[in-house]
Amino acid sequence: MIMSRLARSGRGGIALLVIGLLAALVLPWLIYPPVALDIACWALFAAALDLLLGFTGLLSFGHAAFWGGSAYCTGLIALHGGMPFPVAILGGAAFAALLALPIGFLSVRLTGIYFAMVTLAFAQMIYFVANQWRDVTGGENGLQGIPRELFGLDLYDPFFFYYAGLPFVLAGLLAAWRIVRSPFGRVLVSIRDNPARARALGYPVDRYRLLAFVLSAALSGTAGGVFAIGHGFASLDGLYWTTSGQVVMMVILGGIGTLWGGAIGAGVVVQLQDFLATAGFEGIGIVTGSIFIVIVLLFRRGIWGTARHLARRRGLSPAGGSGGGPAGSPGLARAPASPRPAGGPPGATAGERC
Amino acid sequence: MGGGPTGGRPGSGPVLRARGLVREFRGFRAVDGVDLDVAEGSVHALVGPNGAGKTTLFNLLTGFLKPTAGSVLLEGRRELAGRSPEAISRLGVARSFQITSLFAELTPHQHVELALAGPTGLGWRFWRSDRALARFAGRAAELLAQVGLAGHGDVPAGSLSYGRKRALELALALALDPKVLLLDEPTAGMGVEDVDRTIELVRGIRAGRTVVMVEHNMNVVASLADRVTVLQHGKVLIEGPYAEIRHDPRVITAYLGDSDAAR
Repeated sequence: MIMSRLARSGRGGIALLVIGLLAALVLPWLIYPPVALDIACWALFAAALDLLLGFTGLLSFGHAAFWGGSAYCTGLIALHGGMPFPVAILGGAAFAALLALPIGFLSVRLTGIYFAMVTLAFAQMIYFVANQWRDVTGGENGLQGIPRELFGLDLYDPFFFYYAGLPFVLAGLLAAWRIVRSPFGRVLVSIRDNPARARALGYPVDRYRLLAFVLSAALSGTAGGVFAIGHGFASLDGLYWTTSGQVVMMVILGGIGTLWGGAIGAGVVVQLQDFLATAGFEGIGIVTGSIFIVIVLLFRRGIWGTARHLARRRGLSPAGGSGGGPAGSPGLARAPASPRPAGGPPGATAGERC
Repeated sequence: MGGGPTGGRPGSGPVLRARGLVREFRGFRAVDGVDLDVAEGSVHALVGPNGAGKTTLFNLLTGFLKPTAGSVLLEGRRELAGRSPEAISRLGVARSFQITSLFAELTPHQHVELALAGPTGLGWRFWRSDRALARFAGRAAELLAQVGLAGHGDVPAGSLSYGRKRALELALALALDPKVLLLDEPTAGMGVEDVDRTIELVRGIRAGRTVVMVEHNMNVVASLADRVTVLQHGKVLIEGPYAEIRHDPRVITAYLGDSDAAR
């Protein structure tokens, strides 16, 4: 139980938590606020996917359906329902969970590449529906001008909206952490490691996988909803398969089965994309793709996983209890150094988040 | 040494009754019309040369394979054929695996807690701390001590020695407190000392339950089994107490003659 050790390890875990929270709070001061919000949303999305990929052993390649589906639903509630944005986000998350029920029901019997392909196929179907159903979704234009009022508060400044959206992201991350470290999470890990054995112990594996799928979708939907409100629009992009691919990439970059690693992966990827786009560089995919390949080949544990591995090996593991703060941070500072050459300064902020 | 079925009540029907069990793999009948009666409270050994269909039969009894034909009755009333492995486990038929089958990243203690938590539904509570599992800690420690794993409960199971992994398999099966315990080669790959220890263990845990075991080691069969069923080519060759079947010429041929194609 990879992360439980870290989080249970007293001072080291708490120090990391404080660093993560501080990083989340100061982020919009350090970088362009809309990008900060993107990082926060993708961080939650990545943690939600890791719940499935890292802790249940299922690689979903169709999570765009839940992120994008919730974005549309959130937008519709805010646009036509006249609801304050928190209600819209919760509605979007509920919609994502509802959507995950039939999709999950039909796919959790499969594993490995088959599960990935079937979830991808479902997501593409949702994309197709959204594209065709113009009256509701706006087709290729998407939903524009989604309001974000809250009892007359003006949240149109992205800097302020970051702090309005952050509680949803933090609550989502907290929920993901709780799920992973619950009795349910323990069963999920056992299913990931050995489904046949879990069956022999009397656990209905498919139903556990289905609940994990639905919970993951609800958290992905929360992230997608905040994203839609934050940008003021919901677009087909969010439903496209590249969205599913991007979140998988973030989790792998950060470290599968680490939960917080996905947040770091999100920070690296989003910042890097923004940096390259601002610099007018067009081959963004080549750069992110190359970094991805380097990480997968050289640091299979991902950024967070490698950092923790190094920290443990040097006896700096937080489990030792000595010097909680330094325990995590030296490893943290060291590991992102490897992918950073291409990332430049942005990596620094991302590395310290969570 | 066999001894009579100590826990078995005379006159009570078989706790496990299989009739006409068949399992085909692409036209090959791995299990071909097996009838099996396992008396309550007995230790029943399944023996036979490699490929005789013992493990397939085990998988049919525990739901890991669906029979092509035939039925399996538990206590004369519940049909097991067609049920899922988890449902059969819940009905009180537990199994161990021939190839050690554990959760690499969990500790033995966590393994046993999971096995104990199964029937309580605690596993669904995704909103609770996993410390809630600590309520099974005492019982888990007892079970680990019972199989000789006291003091080894807190390392990842993947790092345990082979013998200890096998012991943990037993502890897991025991944690389910099954009516019928199916052990798939509990002594496979063990040295003499571990085999003796396992014999003692099985003796210790058979009280109040029925044990069905696949076993190649004839010493183990001789020490533990009340009845022996010999399988060959997916069929029952002969069944009876060990003392009776051990000298049967058909059994000797099955074991010695098979590899020389001297049928």
